[in-house]
Amino acid sequence: MALITCREAALGYDTGIVASGLNFAVESGDYLCVVGENGSGKSTLIKGLLRLKMPVSGEILMGDGLKANEIGYLPQQSAAQKDFPAGVLEVVLSGRQSKRGGRPFYSKKDREIAMENMEKLGIGHLKNHCYRELSGGQQQRALLARALCATEKLLLLDEPVAGLDPLATRELYDLIQMLNREQKLTIIMVSHDIRSAVEYADHILHLGNQQLFFGTPKDYLQTDLAKRFLGGAQDV
Amino acid sequence: MFDVIFEMMSYTFLVRAVIVGLLVSLCASLLGVSLVLKRYSMIGDGLSHVGFGALAIATALNVAPLTVSIPVVVAAAFLLLRLSENSKIKGDAAIALISTSSLALGVIFISVTTGMNTDVCNYMFGSILAMSHADVRLSIVLSILVLILFILFYHKIFAVTFDETFSRAVGTKAGIYNMLLAILTAITIVLGMRMMGAMLISALIIFPALTAMRLCKRFQTVVIFSAVSSVLCFLVGIFLSYWYSLPTGASVVTVNLVALLLCSLIGVVKGGLQKR
Repeated sequence: MALITCREAALGYDTGIVASGLNFAVESGDYLCVVGENGSGKSTLIKGLLRLKMPVSGEILMGDGLKANEIGYLPQQSAAQKDFPAGVLEVVLSGRQSKRGGRPFYSKKDREIAMENMEKLGIGHLKNHCYRELSGGQQQRALLARALCATEKLLLLDEPVAGLDPLATRELYDLIQMLNREQKLTIIMVSHDIRSAVEYADHILHLGNQQLFFGTPKDYLQTDLAKRFLGGAQDV
Repeated sequence: MFDVIFEMMSYTFLVRAVIVGLLVSLCASLLGVSLVLKRYSMIGDGLSHVGFGALAIATALNVAPLTVSIPVVVAAAFLLLRLSENSKIKGDAAIALISTSSLALGVIFISVTTGMNTDVCNYMFGSILAMSHADVRLSIVLSILVLILFILFYHKIFAVTFDETFSRAVGTKAGIYNMLLAILTAITIVLGMRMMGAMLISALIIFPALTAMRLCKRFQTVVIFSAVSSVLCFLVGIFLSYWYSLPTGASVVTVNLVALLLCSLIGVVKGGLQKR
């Protein structure tokens, strides 16, 4: 069974349906990019996948023994975090919060896992630094390390490169690709950056308040939708 | 100076005040870090006004003030949190609404029953003589409870304060921890209110956290520095208030203000040196 299966799922709020006709499956080891304009239902889909929002109709199923609290989530940064006094290790360790159960404190193993994930992303030397004094790229790596602490299977990334400079953007994409290929992590990424989506991902999901396309990047590039979207980006 | 301290300790009412004050300052400073970072500072202020109303009514009805105020303020904390999370009236407006209403009700109640007298002034700006034996015992038990709960849930509180979205995503019930924070704050405020005064108690929550944030860069150090600074400021404040016969609450807040200004200055100088 696939890791995540959406069957005719529709998601929405009191004010109406935001995303409907969702029919797709994510297999273990996939790299799925979700693209679409602002307000096309991407954020709502994320809430649905995280089980913070139940589908209005249809269903979103999890398979392969995936539990809802085992998704490594990289949310968009909030304004409050930018001046939050927190050490990098403190932030990364908080990724283990759901594994602790009733214990009030983190164990040695939690710390080892946190350090391991920081080394993996090349920020081990920053563990005692202050989070708000890191560069944008380093902050995203710290949050990515935190997400890794919460999962062994699936990473869900919400606009991970928003606000990063081109170099940091490339580095982050390469890291995510490494995690997908070497760590066999399944990746679901919401992105505005459609060019990189086509380049890195092996599946594309295009939303426009309903599912407009789901398939491989190769097929996606043949569609008018992609031509319009990529063409539009070129004009800007 | 030491003989003055010995002299102070010979008054049992002062010893009681110091014990309760220390515990309340400690609790307030710990909770304050999270409240300030979550942008909940105003909740502390709102709750103290609700506390004033509850206290006024309890005194007028001649019932034990703490046992009435605590449930009322805890309920208000519940309500304020609800309002600031999901409501058509925005959070800050809702807090102002509730705090001024309870202030008004409290004042009316007092003037109808006992008449406006020194009691009102004591509620507003605190009185060192306010604590009875039973109050002290209840205060000690409750503040130790607050401390234990804070330490047990320290990591969860950090996680929820830093990033509520992530915490919810990995299955942490963020709402429960917000509620815990609000309830602990409510208890702390009621305990400290009669000594510090309804107008001034929220300073104990906000000042130490802000002072610590001028200098510390990690959550853990901010929490520890905030606690130390709060306790020291309280001791200096109560000493000065005895020495110069000043109102206790106001002295403690003023010392906190001085500490904040000092630490801001040190922070700016340190930052300037690092940039060079």
